Amino acid sequence: MSLIEIKNLHATVDGNAILKGIDLTIEPGEVHAIMGPNGSGKSTLSYVIAGREGYEVTEGDILFDGKSILEMETDERAIAGIFLAFQYPVEIPGVANTTFLKAAVNARRKAAGEAEVDAMQFLKLLREKTKLLGVTDEMLKRAVNVGFSGGEKKRNEILQMAVLEPRFAVLDETDSGLDIDALRIVADGVNALRGPERSMLVITHYQRLLDYIVPDKVHVLAKGRIVASGGKELAQELESTGYAGYADTEAA
Amino acid sequence: MVGTAETLEQVQALEDRKYKYGFVTDIEMERAPKGLSEETIRFISAKKGEPDWMLEWRLKAYRHWLTMEEPDWAKLGYPPIDYQDAYYYAAPKSKDDKPKSLDEVDPELLATYEKLGIPLQEQKWLAGVAVDAVFDSVSVATTYKKKLEEKGIIFCSISEALRDHGDLVRQYIGSVVPYSDNFFATLNCAVFTDGSFVYIPKGVRCPMELSTYFRINASETGQFERTLIIADEGSYVSYLEGCTAPQRDENQLHAAVVELVALDDAEIKYSTVQNWYPGDENGVGGIYNFVTKRAACRGRNSKVAWTQVETGSAITWKYPSCILQGDNSVGEFYSVAITNNRQQADTGTKMIHIGKNTRSTIISKGISAGRANNTYRGLVKIMPKAENARNYTQCDSLLIGSKCGAHTVPYIEQRNPTAKVEHEATTAKISEDQLFYCQQRGLSEEDAVSVIVNGFCKEVMKELPMEFAVEAQKLIGISLEGSVG
Amino acid sequence: MAMERSYPAVLADRYAELAPTLAHHSVGWLNRLREESAARYRSAGLPTPRVEAWRFTNLKDLVATDFALAQALPPVALDSLPRSSLLAVNGHVLAFVNGKLRADLSTLDDLPAGVTLLPLSEALRREEGILSAHLGRVVETVENPFIDLNTALMEDGIVLSLAEGAVLDKPLHIVSIGVSTQGGDKPVAFFPRLLAVLGKNARATIFESHAGIGDGAYLSAMLSEIRLEEGAHLEHYQLQNEGRAAFHIANAYAQLAAGAVYDHFALQIGSRLSRNEVHAALLGEGARCHMNGAYLGLDKQHLDSTTFIDHAVPGCSSREVYKGVLDGQAHGVFQGKILVRRDAQQTDGHQLNRALLLSRGAEVNAKPELEIYADDVKCSHGATVGELDETQLFYLQARGIDRDSARALLIEAYVQEALDEIGNAEARLPFQRLVGGWLKSRKD
Repeated sequence: MSLIEIKNLHATVDGNAILKGIDLTIEPGEVHAIMGPNGSGKSTLSYVIAGREGYEVTEGDILFDGKSILEMETDERAIAGIFLAFQYPVEIPGVANTTFLKAAVNARRKAAGEAEVDAMQFLKLLREKTKLLGVTDEMLKRAVNVGFSGGEKKRNEILQMAVLEPRFAVLDETDSGLDIDALRIVADGVNALRGPERSMLVITHYQRLLDYIVPDKVHVLAKGRIVASGGKELAQELESTGYAGYADTEAA
Repeated sequence: MVGTAETLEQVQALEDRKYKYGFVTDIEMERAPKGLSEETIRFISAKKGEPDWMLEWRLKAYRHWLTMEEPDWAKLGYPPIDYQDAYYYAAPKSKDDKPKSLDEVDPELLATYEKLGIPLQEQKWLAGVAVDAVFDSVSVATTYKKKLEEKGIIFCSISEALRDHGDLVRQYIGSVVPYSDNFFATLNCAVFTDGSFVYIPKGVRCPMELSTYFRINASETGQFERTLIIADEGSYVSYLEGCTAPQRDENQLHAAVVELVALDDAEIKYSTVQNWYPGDENGVGGIYNFVTKRAACRGRNSKVAWTQVETGSAITWKYPSCILQGDNSVGEFYSVAITNNRQQADTGTKMIHIGKNTRSTIISKGISAGRANNTYRGLVKIMPKAENARNYTQCDSLLIGSKCGAHTVPYIEQRNPTAKVEHEATTAKISEDQLFYCQQRGLSEEDAVSVIVNGFCKEVMKELPMEFAVEAQKLIGISLEGSVG
Repeated sequence: MAMERSYPAVLADRYAELAPTLAHHSVGWLNRLREESAARYRSAGLPTPRVEAWRFTNLKDLVATDFALAQALPPVALDSLPRSSLLAVNGHVLAFVNGKLRADLSTLDDLPAGVTLLPLSEALRREEGILSAHLGRVVETVENPFIDLNTALMEDGIVLSLAEGAVLDKPLHIVSIGVSTQGGDKPVAFFPRLLAVLGKNARATIFESHAGIGDGAYLSAMLSEIRLEEGAHLEHYQLQNEGRAAFHIANAYAQLAAGAVYDHFALQIGSRLSRNEVHAALLGEGARCHMNGAYLGLDKQHLDSTTFIDHAVPGCSSREVYKGVLDGQAHGVFQGKILVRRDAQQTDGHQLNRALLLSRGAEVNAKPELEIYADDVKCSHGATVGELDETQLFYLQARGIDRDSARALLIEAYVQEALDEIGNAEARLPFQRLVGGWLKSRKD
């Protein structure tokens, strides 16, 4: 069974139709990339998958493990295994990174009927994951994303993904605002999390990220629809031709 | 080490959706006649076997009170209080032959404490906390007195102190909050029934946190606690005050007075978690809490820190203050006030800088939800002789929902050119981005609110002793239940 | 026992005295308005410090003074008033001495189309429709005894009305000069009134200079009513430089419709006791208000700046910066309230008040206040009171500047922060000169 199946998805924001019929199927273990110009609906798609308020599905469905998730709350989807790495990670003053992560881990364990982890166990778990991403203890103590640089914020997102071990992760423009070194660290972190059971949807404007996170399939999103799909070579093609051609096909 | 902010598991372990401590214990009460008169006051004084000077002081206060008007400057609205329609004295019947040990205490009373989560037993001792539990008006049990006595520390009910340490009480009572101070404090002087007394001798560092749990139980019984803490030269004490009250439909009046005296190089840390019954969603019932708390930093280098987490009561009128008289003395006020539903809180502090190089810090976090109103009201006063005095004030308000109100009313009175006063106030809401982010990581909406609000309050919460911080964090979650969505 | 909440209503009996002389403009509605105001004032009296809004300013000296209404113009030569005590601006001038128009000192040049500008006394004689439509309307629901006192006893003032899209070509400069009485005559009291109504997208600039001649007491109690229709923009600049024994109690109330802008700045340096209140009600979406000021006090002056910004609808913004410098035994008061009503989401309201104490005996009382009933708002206030920064002083001295000059430099820079809030450079300059003059005179 496909892990995620998006069928004829239409969605509006503030009454404006943004997604106009998206079809996308991702098998377990696959990494798909969605590329597209600004305003094509990339971020909207990620919010609709995560179940953000104000993003209304008007037609179609999203199946996760063959079951529709449209009636599920954001936190229910998260616990089911859907993770969104935010393009702009949110700052939460006063709440330490570790506190936040532990709360998220325990929310999952509670839902699974498991005992909650204590602080010591948790710190141990955390340390294993932080090394790879170069997240320091000092960063863990700081409030969630407060005072973090752009690169630190993105690393923090991937750290959360590593700790929460989702089955399906959406990476929304994880490369934006990163220099080449930061990009490599983040990509290494993501690649380490690839596995036969875990699928990913990498949303990006530029092909650059896909040199590091090599996708199984690439889709081009323009004006709310997927207008082309192909292998990783499609990304390279886009790099040379740009999105202009795709925008034109949607002009009508 | 487990940080105070890392106790989310406890926050999440909240099973009771409603007011957890809403129950009533059935114990026969011995009551003064209903209403307020010189007769009532004589009854109370006689009942407690007080010295004559105490009765005279009470009567003086009562006569003065008759000339006073109830204050109306706070941003609070409540129906007029009928001071004649309340009982001013109620005591558990077993008072006449006071128990010598816990075994002799009324089992039902002990069961009440059990429900409240006050373990008077051994484990509390292990936790290093001595408890002077006040059930309505009379202290019934004081534990681990011996351990304190070895250090020369006096920790007892104020009634006992009047009997056993009359001179000490007489020297200090009313010296910080005079009998004529304000309407509610004056009323307290006239009719206070009990409270705690602490004396820490010179150079002694109190080896454990001293703790008193207050509990209003009898219907229609106004609660008039009186607490007096004296930290003699070079001593240190940390005092915890926590409150719960049973669910009632009638409004219950509470007018406590707390006086702290810190002499040279002494330090007092006074922490409060207040979660009295706030009334129901429609504003029916709930405690009216009019409290006068004041500290005199009399000695050089003395220090007093007030920390409060106010989540309960229908009406809160409370301004824990510091009179910074000694040179280099320090006053601190850390406050979290949460109001939900129809609760109203008008709370803050007064920092009166008199001595040289006196310093004060005020951190106030007000959270307003439902249809509640939350006001910070604070005075920073720099007197002409307060050379190099410093104050820093930060007031942050958080609004949850669009039917509540958050208000900031600071007063700054500066009369010394070498002193510096800084005040900052901000207001914010819980952003949808923050909620969505937390929920995307798997937290329920209520847990997300609890996490974000606890983060907002962190600067204050970290000032609480560990035992209190856990409870306080839970309370923040409970207090805001149903405030979103 | 506790102080009462009100002082007796000084000057209340003057209404009966004044009424017959008002015959020439005995318009029915106006007489009713005056009588109601007089009655209301008589019963309310003046507030004592027990009234929260007046806790820092005590009117007892004003109440103890036996004022008379200004009669004939005093025989004092006006050239005894140094020009430097007024704002140096070019424009239309309406000058008043003890509240009475001095046509000879006024210059009302040709006015652009759509602009009505005339003395209140004349507007009353002509029974201008604008008066019946607007006079008293902006302050209709406000409780303030000085509004009633002004309405009951006002004799002259300024009426400015701009039609839709009209632009006042030059600034209007209102000059009010108080001349204190000599010998045994009672101190005079006068009550100028400004009514400014700007139609849609109209633009105007108003300067006010309040100054005094003589060492005696007088009371100047102006009331301004300002109505800004959609998209209108008013720049309103006030200088309070009254005689040093004078009482100055001024109230300005502005109402802003959608998209309107009210730019306000007030400098207080004169008087013995003053209270300058400025109120802005943001009643239409997108209205903006800048309310700034400075107060510089010497000797035993008492200078009170009280402001109130009412965010009544969504999407409005306000910004406020006040700076105070107090020397001698001067007493400064700043009270600034921002109210955000239930529906006023997306409000942006910021306020900053800073004061500097230069000497022992000087005093500052501040009460910055936020009252907020909407959750999606950005509001803040900051207040500091202190002395000059020692490290800055040291830095300047280390560069060879003597301590006094260094202090003067830093004080000037301190006040400059408030002056910088005046967006219009032409308006900033005359204030800068006055501040410079004040600093110089302080050193002498």
